[in-house]
Amino acid sequence: MQDIQIEPVLTVEAVPEELQADAKGVSLRDVTKKYGSFAAVQNITLDIPAGSYTCLLGPSGCGKTTTMRMIAGHEDISEGDIYIGETRINDIPATQRNTAMMFQNYALFPHKTVWDNVDFGLKMRGMTKADRHYRVGEMLEVVGLSSFSDRKPAQLSGGQQQRVALARALVTRPQVLMLDEPLSALDESLRVKTRGELRKLQRQFGMTFIQVTHNQDEAYSLSDQIVVMDHGRVDQVGTPAEIFSKPLSKFVARFTGDNNIFPGTVTSAVQDTNGQLIQLDIPALGTLLCLGDYAQVGTEAACCIRADLMQIKSLADAETSVCGPATNRLTARITAVEFTGYVTRVSLVLERSGVEVLYKARTPDWLTTTFAEGQVVVLDWAATDCVFLPH
Amino acid sequence: MSETWKTLKPYALITPQTLVFLLFLVFPILMIGVVSFWEFNGYSMTPAFTLANYQGILTDVTFKTYLNTFKFLGMVWLATLLIGYPVAYFLAFHVPKLEWQILLFLVCTIPFWTSNIIRMISWVPLLGREGLVNQMFMGVGLIQQPMEFLLYSDFAVVLGMVHLYIIFMIAPIFNSLMRIERSLVTAAEDLGASGLQVFREVILPLSAPGIAIGSIFIVTLVMGEFVTVRLMGGGQSASVGKLIQTQIGSLQYPLAAANAIVLLAVTMLIIISILRVLDIRKEL
Repeated sequence: MQDIQIEPVLTVEAVPEELQADAKGVSLRDVTKKYGSFAAVQNITLDIPAGSYTCLLGPSGCGKTTTMRMIAGHEDISEGDIYIGETRINDIPATQRNTAMMFQNYALFPHKTVWDNVDFGLKMRGMTKADRHYRVGEMLEVVGLSSFSDRKPAQLSGGQQQRVALARALVTRPQVLMLDEPLSALDESLRVKTRGELRKLQRQFGMTFIQVTHNQDEAYSLSDQIVVMDHGRVDQVGTPAEIFSKPLSKFVARFTGDNNIFPGTVTSAVQDTNGQLIQLDIPALGTLLCLGDYAQVGTEAACCIRADLMQIKSLADAETSVCGPATNRLTARITAVEFTGYVTRVSLVLERSGVEVLYKARTPDWLTTTFAEGQVVVLDWAATDCVFLPH
Repeated sequence: MSETWKTLKPYALITPQTLVFLLFLVFPILMIGVVSFWEFNGYSMTPAFTLANYQGILTDVTFKTYLNTFKFLGMVWLATLLIGYPVAYFLAFHVPKLEWQILLFLVCTIPFWTSNIIRMISWVPLLGREGLVNQMFMGVGLIQQPMEFLLYSDFAVVLGMVHLYIIFMIAPIFNSLMRIERSLVTAAEDLGASGLQVFREVILPLSAPGIAIGSIFIVTLVMGEFVTVRLMGGGQSASVGKLIQTQIGSLQYPLAAANAIVLLAVTMLIIISILRVLDIRKEL
């Protein structure tokens, strides 16, 4: 046989009891972090349930890493309080917080073997050699690296290094595990697989996982709860489904998916079965109808429509199809068609305002149409699919 | 034509360096090796093959001189390490900006812009019987008699060598410390390591190659020392280098050559044992 390196697939069986931790929730109350006069994190109040997988999602510089480092104790808290379980941890040193952290580039000790890397935390805690030996062995078994225990990190693949880092953090049985962009150092195919493994491990260990990421796909597939952050503030907290289908701000709508956003002024709000049917006056475009929880007439707001929830029609078809009272309709010119595999992305420019919008179709559907670049078409979408963005 | 040139080019490029090496390193050493077997009768030397020179240096005096050289080496090595490591550590971990690190490192090298001999001689007015140090201590009444051991003593020799060679310890250690990823320190702390444990488990092992390279510099420099031993030892201290120099002074070339060959072998042995213990390949 050729010695082809096959990435061993991680099969998480039952995790031994000695390795399971009692998960604790994390609460932040009005937490602020200041560097001089610059506030990296501002007045964050947040509850992370025990045993949940929570992702702090946002672009670089949004304060997500600073927030995590404050929970881990690698950064001082300027104002506010952080609790793990019932305990206020502001003044407890990092090593006594019962948290562990997995670093972005893993930060494995290059001069130590896999075994000694995993053993490190236990050794520093002064555990007896016999206990350590048992726990480290079990842990390496769980992450499927028993046969690699004598290797140095440099002799491992990226995926294996990632698992050593995970094992090293988990072996101390932290009540909260923090992961700083754990998948960013892996290549695309491995990332998707490792994502599944991470989720499975978190379930098996029943530990609270807090992960920092700038990748919304990662956040969607891993989290029980997503915390979207921007400019040092929490923008929205919700389940992946809520964040995806019901963004509450222009930033979240822009950051978490392919949304077309229309800022405007609220002109009317009528109570409907699922909330309020809100009418917005969009400058240079006219009025759009959307669905929201509550809107005050006269305020500046916005609405958004997901690129895949619009319907595209030729002008002739549009004339024959009735445009109901709860439907938004705009004419646009196709400027570019981009094939990306299963999805085809169509860029258009609105005839009335000149604003660029995006339409997404399943490629098989798109191939049955005859639309071409330069053609003027009609975009229809239901008001109930159009999400009101209060800020 | 161009194909031939392509094959020849690398050889052409390494030729000057190779010639310099052969002419100024390999050839002289071979010459010394050859001369060490020549016959010598007090007035002239004749080409021959005799082991008499080697037998001639197998005396108590030579042995004691070697012991004394090892003593210097041990003390200088320990002092440069104990002073150099904290300096390098401070530069690498406590000076926040790269510009400042480079600047302060350059400050460390300033003394080396002056000639060795001038730097050695300038110790005399400081350490002599009537020197600044003695006068100061006597002035404040700490001592009644001037301290004799300050100059022309083993202490002075070690002091002079530490002063001369410490940068050769600081530089490689600083270099290896700078290569340690800072996240490793945070990770170790996160895993519960105290400051001392972080140093022992992470920083020290990762800077060991730097210590090894610095130690090799110190070994080669101190083992061959004779200028400092002469100027600072004032005839009171002996070293192998000084012994060889004395023999050359009295035109006993074959004896000096035999001594030089033995010194070379001993120095190589020390370096090989350092390399046995510490792997420096990563640093090169």
